[in-house]
Amino acid sequence: MLSFVAQRIVKGVVVLLAIVVMNFFLIRLAPGDPAVVMAGEAGASDPQFVQQLREKFSLDKPLPEQLLSYVKGIVTLDLGFSFRQQMPVSKLISERIGATLLLTLTAFAISLVLGIFFGTLAARFAGSWGDSAITAAALVFYATPIFWLALMAILLFSVYLGWLPSFGYDTVGANYTGLAYVGDVALHLIMPAMTIGLFFMATYTRMTRASMLEVKRLDFVKTARAKGLRDNVIQRRHVLRNALLPVVTLAGVHAGTLIGGAVITETVYAWPGIGRLMYEALLQRDYNLLLGVFVVCSAMVLIFNLITDLVYRLVDPRIEFAS
Amino acid sequence: MLKHFLLGLALTSSLCTAALAQEPKMGGTINAVIQPEPPGLMLALVQNGPTQMVSGNIYEGLLRYSKKLEPLPGLAESWTVSPDAKTYTFKLKPGVTWHDGKPFTSADVLFSVETLRVTHARARGNLVQVDKVEAPDDLTVVFTLKQPFGPFLGIFEVGSMPMIPKHIYEGSDIKTNAANNAPIGTGPFMFKEWKKGSFIQLVKNPNYHIKGKPYIDSIYWQIIPDAAARSVAYETGKVDVLPGGSIENFDVPRVSKLPNTCVTGEGWEFFSPLAWMWLNNRQGPTANKLVRQAIMYAIDREFARDVIWNGLGKVATGPSASTIKYYTDDVRKYPYDPAKAKALLKEAGYKGEKIRMMPLPYGETWLRWAEAIKQNLNDVGITIETVATDVPGYNQKIGEWDFDISYSYLYQYGDPALGVGRNYVSSQIVKGQQFNNVEGYSNPEIDQLFADGAVATPDSKRKEIYDKAQKILVEDVPVAWMLELQFPTIMNCKVKNLITTGIGVNDGFRDAWIDK
Repeated sequence: MLSFVAQRIVKGVVVLLAIVVMNFFLIRLAPGDPAVVMAGEAGASDPQFVQQLREKFSLDKPLPEQLLSYVKGIVTLDLGFSFRQQMPVSKLISERIGATLLLTLTAFAISLVLGIFFGTLAARFAGSWGDSAITAAALVFYATPIFWLALMAILLFSVYLGWLPSFGYDTVGANYTGLAYVGDVALHLIMPAMTIGLFFMATYTRMTRASMLEVKRLDFVKTARAKGLRDNVIQRRHVLRNALLPVVTLAGVHAGTLIGGAVITETVYAWPGIGRLMYEALLQRDYNLLLGVFVVCSAMVLIFNLITDLVYRLVDPRIEFAS
Repeated sequence: MLKHFLLGLALTSSLCTAALAQEPKMGGTINAVIQPEPPGLMLALVQNGPTQMVSGNIYEGLLRYSKKLEPLPGLAESWTVSPDAKTYTFKLKPGVTWHDGKPFTSADVLFSVETLRVTHARARGNLVQVDKVEAPDDLTVVFTLKQPFGPFLGIFEVGSMPMIPKHIYEGSDIKTNAANNAPIGTGPFMFKEWKKGSFIQLVKNPNYHIKGKPYIDSIYWQIIPDAAARSVAYETGKVDVLPGGSIENFDVPRVSKLPNTCVTGEGWEFFSPLAWMWLNNRQGPTANKLVRQAIMYAIDREFARDVIWNGLGKVATGPSASTIKYYTDDVRKYPYDPAKAKALLKEAGYKGEKIRMMPLPYGETWLRWAEAIKQNLNDVGITIETVATDVPGYNQKIGEWDFDISYSYLYQYGDPALGVGRNYVSSQIVKGQQFNNVEGYSNPEIDQLFADGAVATPDSKRKEIYDKAQKILVEDVPVAWMLELQFPTIMNCKVKNLITTGIGVNDGFRDAWIDK
């Protein structure tokens, strides 16, 4: 198992470097650069001002030199400096990653638990009105754009009912501590986590249901039934366990992208996370910051892919690490 | 409905004015929206709108300006001008200290001026006429000009010339100085905390040089990236102040009608943002003056003001906003007249060649405006191809003159020599910038008039020169002037006396108080 993991890590590092090089050039294909953006925002500029900014950002150096210096930095775990935010990129990302992980992991947990639960329920009672209701609800949540869902949730729970705060990570200026602080963050977390969670929940519900219905028809389930096992045991041990493989695959893919996937939700709810940081970095052509976020997101995808492979082994012992 | 809204606006504005008479109360916190998140708070290095809005509380300038653009005492308590209008002597206010307790003196002014000449593009331009700056004593600063410069007393507001502490920055690299992350000024509020992506907190300066001020204890600038979410934050009482431009324009009437809401259009007199369409004078159909005049007749600016800008703003008559010095409306008029536009196009020999239009990517209102204008231009037979970009792309294309028609709005800084001439004189045709003569208009007579206008004395002579310049420009239509924009500040009525100068919320919350 260790050699499998080591092999995957080495491959991962190569992929990561390839991603860095590719993104380095892709970002620079977009019109405008950080100096142009900042000169634009200053409301006044002259050639001296723009040149000063270019020198400050090292944009006056040849591209290969810029790339080499960036890759050297990456190898020593230095993600560079964000001139827009006046901070090292690694500090910016480390400040924001906590909020993003809290949001996305909560959403992920909600979606996975509820998705598998409702999917199992729907498959167990396939064809009933309950199944139809779950399937229809899943379809609605799957088809609804996240930004619209977010805005409607704000309208209902913040504006009309006044139950939940509409933006932010915590109540600014309240200075809560201890449990009160945890409760405050939890209140702020509910809407954004549910907004992301409902979309993914719908996916897992549909996937679990379809997969279970497929497995149910297989011979080993008939054998289990013939052996006289109770229905609950068959569903749990034989059907669900086998049906989960595609769900795990999908969850693995989702988990890796959750960090970058919260852009819209974080923007609408003013959640101070990585997704928003990435969006703003893109609009401001903050090259180092954008690349830094890409590096972290790519690393996350690679790590979660590795975890997915390991989980496969646990779910289905027939899969070997060598394969 | 529009009339009702405007009536409400006027009523609430007058109610706010009535509140001025009340006795200020001490204490409390103001939550205001800031958008986008500023890149830094050090005003000598960063001059974008959000930076000035926050840092206008931390730093101060030598002068402030009334809503009528008259200079008011700031860090300078008085000033005199020599008879030849070449020597300006400022007496600094005694007893002013920086936030770290060190005294503010004339040495700080000299240091600031020299630093800004390097780091601040606008200050550099404004200081071109300054021959030398001297400090005969700790509380006196003397500016000697190369020649009289009419708008000189108009260059000292906090954003144009912030005073920065010599003892902090001298001998260090100003760009990397640690104090940039916790700026030190002389202003009524001190920097406390910046939680990136969430808020910036400023707290009362207990040693502020005006006894008893500021009244409020703390300001939270809340960073909320989505315009709809900013509206909701105000609606649910989480923020008290929405500075102009915080929410989409089409949301302004609805939010303005919320209970206990006061609205004012004041506080933009110094900047006087004027919106226009860039028309590329170098190439294609827009190089022809007749086509440009036709465009002026073809666009329905009243419709744009009433429908797209919800009745806010004023139809522009020319290159100067009506709120700045030496404005005249005694110029050629361009009412909405599609028939005349068609006739001019025919006379110009326009045969439906495609014209590329690049909207300003500053939000929904600007995109809707571009759509309406495209419709107007289509109606008179002009073929428009829309080119979509984001902000960096827009800046790049404007700077490289890669457009036929585009949009912008620029501040005018109270005087044609500071904020108008730059867009029309040929010495300002420089690639790579977005705020100069981007359209490529070149007219030696206009060059001479703006050169003369800046240094002419007395005022009546300046007026005569600028009247003539406005007449010529409006005839030539180097750009298509659209609207004098109004960015209403929306606030909870418990916030009193927020806007007291021509720079409005950008001038700090020094005089604001909360009626508890």
